[in-house]
Amino acid sequence: MSYEALMLFKLYLITAPVLFVIGIYAIIVTRNIISMIIGLEIMTKGVTILLAAAGFFNGRPHLMEPLIITMIVIEVVILMIAAGYIINIAKKHNSLDVENIKNIKG
Amino acid sequence: MAIHILLLSLIIICAAFAVVRTRVIRAAIMLAAISIFVTIVLFVLNMPLAAIFELSVCAGLITVIFISVISLTNPLTVEERFEERDNMFKKFLLLPVLIIICAASFYMLTKGINFIPILDVSEAAEISDKAAMWHLKQIDLIGQIIIILTGVFGVVVLFKDNKDDKK
Amino acid sequence: MTVSLIFIPILLVILLNIPRLSGKTAYYVALAFFAYQLIAIFIPTFGSVQLAEVVNKLFRLNVYADGISKIMLISAAIVAFTALMTSKSFVKHDSRLFSLSNLMLLAVAGINGIVFARDIFTVYVFIEVIAAASYIMIVLDKTESSLEGGFKYFIISSIATVMMLFSVALFFLVAGGTGFEEISAAVHNFGGNTIILLAIMLFVSGLLIKGGLIPFHAWLPGAYSSAPAGVSIFLGGIVTKTTGTFALIRFFYSVVGFNDNIKMVLLIVGSVSVVAGAVAAITQKDFKKVLAYSSISQVGYIVMAIGAGTAFGIAAAVFHIFNHAIFKSLLFLNAAAVEKQTGRLDVDSFGGLGAKMPVTSATTAIAFLSAAGFPPLSGFWSKLFIIIALWSANYKGFALVAILAGILTMAYFLNLQKKVFFGEVSPNVENVKEAPLSFTVPAVVLCAITILAGIGFYYIIKTLIFPAVGII
Repeated sequence: MSYEALMLFKLYLITAPVLFVIGIYAIIVTRNIISMIIGLEIMTKGVTILLAAAGFFNGRPHLMEPLIITMIVIEVVILMIAAGYIINIAKKHNSLDVENIKNIKG
Repeated sequence: MAIHILLLSLIIICAAFAVVRTRVIRAAIMLAAISIFVTIVLFVLNMPLAAIFELSVCAGLITVIFISVISLTNPLTVEERFEERDNMFKKFLLLPVLIIICAASFYMLTKGINFIPILDVSEAAEISDKAAMWHLKQIDLIGQIIIILTGVFGVVVLFKDNKDDKK
Repeated sequence: MTVSLIFIPILLVILLNIPRLSGKTAYYVALAFFAYQLIAIFIPTFGSVQLAEVVNKLFRLNVYADGISKIMLISAAIVAFTALMTSKSFVKHDSRLFSLSNLMLLAVAGINGIVFARDIFTVYVFIEVIAAASYIMIVLDKTESSLEGGFKYFIISSIATVMMLFSVALFFLVAGGTGFEEISAAVHNFGGNTIILLAIMLFVSGLLIKGGLIPFHAWLPGAYSSAPAGVSIFLGGIVTKTTGTFALIRFFYSVVGFNDNIKMVLLIVGSVSVVAGAVAAITQKDFKKVLAYSSISQVGYIVMAIGAGTAFGIAAAVFHIFNHAIFKSLLFLNAAAVEKQTGRLDVDSFGGLGAKMPVTSATTAIAFLSAAGFPPLSGFWSKLFIIIALWSANYKGFALVAILAGILTMAYFLNLQKKVFFGEVSPNVENVKEAPLSFTVPAVVLCAITILAGIGFYYIIKTLIFPAVGII
């Protein structure tokens, strides 16, 4: 593997954890439960680009494609469930603020 | 090289904006923007099928889900929003610091990596895209079927209103 | 045998839905499938081989079953059967019962998938399947506490799966594939590479979060105690054991192998969980919360046994997973019976239930004794094996921790038993009757399994567990 490709891969290897940290930060800091889910989504995007980079840089992108597609399908189903949770919580509490929903944090 | 750096930094900037926004709808739109950039990354990295999936599902469907959830629920009240806006400054300041610390620590870590094991590409290249999808990953497809069925029941359980739900 | 156990539940779910059948039918069909799974493991000619041949002609699935898988399948079948049977008297609505039966079928299909997986990405896919089914089952009643507990579980376990995907990406980079063989070859060839170390670390952290070990346990008590009664049995009995500890065993024992650092991490996390889980259980006031914390403590034992790093340690871990599945389902079942008959779970408000509910009281006592490691019940033998494994692997300090924590286990269980079942009859429970047969019969059966597995432990070890890990 050439030097340039290695540097490029390191770039991806740095970006993905940064997105992970931004997602974690969103989950910890935010007060709105929808924003927590958005934080999760940001983390998932980080994983997507790392998976893509891993497939590309060892020369087997076509083997990686099924994995990414599977991951996206799973992501949608999980997000659907999250949406159901949020709607039900909002119905019960009439609010999306974490401060009003005691047991979620801590 | 330049396009990679551009795309990745755009993704990070969008992600940071999505986090510091107080209006959730803006954050959801930012998320769609991230998805679009990820799509371009996937195209650049030679994965057109996955890119199309990412574009249609993540940028399209997930944004729709988010927007419908946001419109179905009451947003934060005005006081809560203002309170959050007061914290905004703190958020803005802390987030870049965190990003820089994380990037720096991973930069130090990746310094130790000076080779990636080189694999025999010729053998892998014989398998076409379709073959990879259908022959190597059938068990994952079954997993997908199961999780989609689970999702159907999730919709039935979570979205259907039963009158005698305990308040 | 292997593939049919994944296919039959999917087919059943589709058949139950095409003409939408009633909840009761779905319930009996699901129960029949769990019974079939139990039989098919012992008698493979019972239709499963023929079906597997047909499936294998149509599909090319990379699956494989070994001795450890068998034990997991047996535990899953028993726990799912008990859980669904118990749910019947709690779920009033026909449509809810229909959804629950289908979801449990799908979750068991997911468990079977993990058990058969030969690919690290497949493990991820099926972990997500089980997680999705659990998220939905927890909020079946849509009570406030279950929504909150479930949401917390959702957030934390999604973080865990993201971490696992990170490590899948790194393994793919190094190994060029995600199959177990490819990864273990890559670890063998480039073991010292930073990427591989990072990948192993991330995957193990993800699994430890899924298993609810102590620094990562925040989601577990809320999710367990707020879930509907039958679902608690399912979660506590099999879900964390499959997604957490079984996947750990598979990952270390069959894929990457052990080294000293990994063993140390597992031993420390395990022993902290054992002690802290037991201490937290003493202070709890809610029946189900006590059981949830005791679950953390028992999973700690399993992880310690894995951390011994020897084949004997793995055998002890697998045996304890089986025993734990049985006695923890029994305990959650009895908690459900108490909840059903008295309508409350607050420990301090009981007293003297033993006279009113003799069967529940007796079976609970036996489950407690088994959990605390009292001879000759099955829990005693698996704990003894864990201690021997630690001692013979030269981790004598950890073996001592395991022995001393047994006393703590005894303490909180005796405390609970005394407060709930013994002593003066409290006015709250004056008019309580024994639980209906749908509770007492499975309780007695599970209790009999615990006792029989304790008396006949030598037979189980010899025929099932030692061959599974390659000790002859």
